[in-house]
Amino acid sequence: MQRIGVFVCHCGSNIAATVDVKKVVEMVKTEPGVIHAEDYQYMCSEAGQAKIIEAVKEHKLNGLVVCSCSPRMHEATFRKCAERAGINPYMVEIANIREHCSWIHKDMDEATEKAVILARAAIAKVNLNAPLQAGESGVVKRALVIGGGIAGIQTALDIADAGFPVDIVEKEPSIGGRMSQLDKTFPTLDCSACILTPKMVEAAAHPNITIHTYSEVENVSGFVGNFTVEIRKKARSIDMDKCTGCGLCQEKCPMKKTPSEFNRGLGNRSAIYTPFAQAIPNVPVIDRNACLKFKTGKCGICSTVCAAGAIDYTQVDTMVTEKYGAIVVATGFDMIKLDKYDEYAYSQSKDVITSLELERVMNAAGPTKGHLERLSDGKAPKEIVFIQCVGSRCADGRGKGYCSKICCMYTAKHAMLIRDKYPDVNVTVFYIDVRTPGKNFDEFYRRAVENYGVNYVKGQVGKVIPQPDGKLLVQGVDLIDNKQILKEADMVVLAAAIEPNPDVRKIATMLTASIDNDNFLTEAHAKLRPVESPTAGIFLSGVCQGPKDIPETVAQAGAAAVKAIGLLAKDKLMTNPCTAKSDELLCNGCSKCANVCPYGAISYEVKEINDHGIRETRRVAQVNNALCQGCGACTVACPSGAMDLQGFSNRQIIAEVDAICR
Amino acid sequence: MKYSYYPGCTLKTKAKDLDMYARLSAKELGFELEEIENWQCCGGVYPLGADEIGSKLSSVRALNYAKEKGQDLVTLCSACHHVIKRVNDDIKNVEDIRNRANNYMKLEEPYAGETEVLHFLEVLRDRVGFDNLKKAVKKPLTGRKIAAYYGCLLLRPSKVLAFDNPENPTIIEDFIKAIGATPVVYPYRNECCGGYISLKDGEKAQNMCEKIMESASGFGAEMLITACPLCLYNLNKCGKLPVVYFTELLAEALGIKED
Repeated sequence: MQRIGVFVCHCGSNIAATVDVKKVVEMVKTEPGVIHAEDYQYMCSEAGQAKIIEAVKEHKLNGLVVCSCSPRMHEATFRKCAERAGINPYMVEIANIREHCSWIHKDMDEATEKAVILARAAIAKVNLNAPLQAGESGVVKRALVIGGGIAGIQTALDIADAGFPVDIVEKEPSIGGRMSQLDKTFPTLDCSACILTPKMVEAAAHPNITIHTYSEVENVSGFVGNFTVEIRKKARSIDMDKCTGCGLCQEKCPMKKTPSEFNRGLGNRSAIYTPFAQAIPNVPVIDRNACLKFKTGKCGICSTVCAAGAIDYTQVDTMVTEKYGAIVVATGFDMIKLDKYDEYAYSQSKDVITSLELERVMNAAGPTKGHLERLSDGKAPKEIVFIQCVGSRCADGRGKGYCSKICCMYTAKHAMLIRDKYPDVNVTVFYIDVRTPGKNFDEFYRRAVENYGVNYVKGQVGKVIPQPDGKLLVQGVDLIDNKQILKEADMVVLAAAIEPNPDVRKIATMLTASIDNDNFLTEAHAKLRPVESPTAGIFLSGVCQGPKDIPETVAQAGAAAVKAIGLLAKDKLMTNPCTAKSDELLCNGCSKCANVCPYGAISYEVKEINDHGIRETRRVAQVNNALCQGCGACTVACPSGAMDLQGFSNRQIIAEVDAICR
Repeated sequence: MKYSYYPGCTLKTKAKDLDMYARLSAKELGFELEEIENWQCCGGVYPLGADEIGSKLSSVRALNYAKEKGQDLVTLCSACHHVIKRVNDDIKNVEDIRNRANNYMKLEEPYAGETEVLHFLEVLRDRVGFDNLKKAVKKPLTGRKIAAYYGCLLLRPSKVLAFDNPENPTIIEDFIKAIGATPVVYPYRNECCGGYISLKDGEKAQNMCEKIMESASGFGAEMLITACPLCLYNLNKCGKLPVVYFTELLAEALGIKED
């Protein structure tokens, strides 16, 4: 029989206002095994912990139940406290009477009854707890960064500068990401390429950084400190060692009619291409779906003109397998598709474009060489209308419920740049709210209104109507004047919502990292652990975690790097002792457990078993404790009841259920 | 293939063409429209009052008739289609309306929204198929530039009507292509004609129709087609381009229109 102490926390008034804590103490005193019970205002405080340690010594306790907040908050605190009191830390159970009880109930009698029941369940479990010892595992001193945009580049640079090797995996032919597509950045209006390119070059030249472009993560196994990752390097059809980046192949390629992804489909590229002039690496790829050689077998001009002999049509995808201690996700974002917003005539008129398309139009290397012109007829526009919140803050389910956060600022930037360069062009912005919190942000927006004469209209647009003469009629509402507006425009720019890169779902599944309803990766704690995934060893950088602008992305990238460095700097990690264990006497070697194990932690061994004096040789399951993550799937699959999870045994769980149903 | 058919009042008076050419074309295309016995007026306007039951019952009667015959229910008039489809959706999804309607109806087996409601255009698209329609056309209307006018009632609320993309519909354009003519796409094809407001404020409806007409003719249309008697009435009042029911052109293309 255990000697159990129960400690009921008031959590100020968080628990005590809804749960009668004194009554809980009285009710649990008669539970089997309970030697001592008391309550205190803040159990997690130094004084509260001192009370626990004192009680352990005084009553010779060997098991503890703390009725308090969620174990995600303070399980670690009380385990350490138990250790200080001389008890095995796995002899502690938390009854969550805050999140699961006081916070969600109003009636005191009911809440108190439920708190008692939760305490009883925890007591029943502790009665069956056994001391467990955490093992140790090593840390591979190498990090993986998935995504080579500004977030991934910054994280990689910071980790590399700390002395650890880093690999960047980028699915596009070049690193650079969304930022490389931007013309200017707010609020300083400096050229995006001018500040990004040096970082790209630095990453490429860094002795600790290896960049895999045109590559994708295909499989991830292992656990914190010891991940094994398979990376598919897609066939580039170019020998990267031979190519000199002269660009002659792209010039001579006859297939020049493929829409350029980098220019958002507004211009064309050749079948053999680098996405943009500053691409890193400056080695092209052959788009095999567009290439004449791959489609018909004829052509081969690029190979003929390549002085370096770098073209290789026979290349195949190759797989690289590498071990990492930490993984940083930096998969970024894209703009939403606008097929549900046909009222803005995006699919019907070439002169209705998205803000990212406008970035390309305004960029000197873009499809119009930086001239602001209508894409339908090349004429200079005189009236431009911007529509904000297209698909953001959407209540009807067509778009996203969240604010995309960056659109107010970049629209102010666009408006200002246009008014500055083309003073005779009128610019109107339709908005729901202007949201510009941030250093020098509101000043920036006010400059657009006050110094640059941008016409801001509070109200939404109902319809964009293409006219037979090619103009666009914008039908909207001015909420301040309370009147309908019909405005003729030459161009309409839609600030479309941003969403996480669609690939992130696949990657999150491989990493067992959790993801929210909008496909943003979830942080371990919204306030206190914002750059860590709940899955140990996985860190979050950039928009994959939530909408943010460049300065915030860079800050988060640095934070994620520091967390990864903190992990890589350790030589050993404590492992979770709550792993599966097979009872050899009961195991019949059926393989059901190995089939369901997501971590490949179960293997088989043929050995001699002494079953109550009967010696026989048979096949039995073996769990590799370093690989087992304690998910419990095998314990459910095992037909003979041989597989059990230490710390969460079948008997313990049933005892908890019995206590609840009593 | 036989369908239960709900013509509605207007198709028996002002919009006889819409009805007659639909029946003729259906026969030619190999399906039959069986007029529901003793059908009653749908009310013309979908009642938005949450406690309004009486004016939904005629729709329920028509729907239940089709259910008992084991047929889908076909409509032609946009207003009737709108009302019947929305009432059916209410019966299917709103328990209170379902219970109260059935309390009035006293049916042997309660009606719970089992009938599928199809607009004649949906029959052409989803059952006959525009490809097959194209094959059945004897006198293609080659070279005719025709603008579709959808109006509001067929498209919205889009989740219930589920007719087509409410902001960029294509079903009537596809129909126009199938009968050999050239569709003219113009942005006002899904805007309101003014509807019943023409009774109270004729000028307002007139303004709205003029915008529609101007836009259509600006993009090169020679005529408009519609499925809605009220839209046709409003549009015709403003003149400019001729407006006819889509079934009339269908009959013409099938070579069964009597001159």
